[in-house]
Amino acid sequence: MIHIDLTDQPIDVAAALRSVEADGAGAINTFIGTVRNQSTGRPVVRLEYEAYDSMALHQLRKVTEQAAERWPMVQKITVVHRKGTLYIGDVAVVVAVSTPHRAESFAACQYIIDTLKQVVTIWKKEFYQDGDVWVAAHP
Amino acid sequence: MNLKIALFGIAKEIVGQPELALNFPEGQPVHQLLEQLRTDYPALRQLSSLAVAVNNEYAEDTQLLQERDEIALIPPVSGG
Repeated sequence: MIHIDLTDQPIDVAAALRSVEADGAGAINTFIGTVRNQSTGRPVVRLEYEAYDSMALHQLRKVTEQAAERWPMVQKITVVHRKGTLYIGDVAVVVAVSTPHRAESFAACQYIIDTLKQVVTIWKKEFYQDGDVWVAAHP
Repeated sequence: MNLKIALFGIAKEIVGQPELALNFPEGQPVHQLLEQLRTDYPALRQLSSLAVAVNNEYAEDTQLLQERDEIALIPPVSGG
């Protein structure tokens, strides 16, 4: 029911969506995080994602289990996060949730991506024409 | 006791290596380790946050460290 993956290969979004199909589901909600071409006005050339794999997978599992507990009607959850070098438009993360009705799928999907950003041990570095920055590292 | 501390992201850059071997008194808490690391690597003080993970879980400041623990330094995460 819960599928978690961390990969250095391009994410197959269609496969992620298919993986949450369920006969009891009337709604599938998806969040797709993609690489934007600028950060606070500064043009971005590429991103590099690094992960503490074992902890990231463990924390991702906890976050999705929390969502399944909080919204017990959840049928299936899939989260796939990318690692390595990504360019503008590339998919960095996919969260897909299926539920009987739409409200729970929106809520659970948002909970998962918001909590992922707070606790899952993945770091991204933005590269510009003239430098680079670890995102969120400094106040 | 000898601790091995895994480093990631900006913490890895500040320390200059992906893993740190450290001699650390037996049974001391997490905050003691953070103090020692911040003294050895003052640039760690500039970070928005700095956590310690023990066996893939975020550790409390008062948690006592054991030699067999898998320890990692966790700078501010930025996935998604």
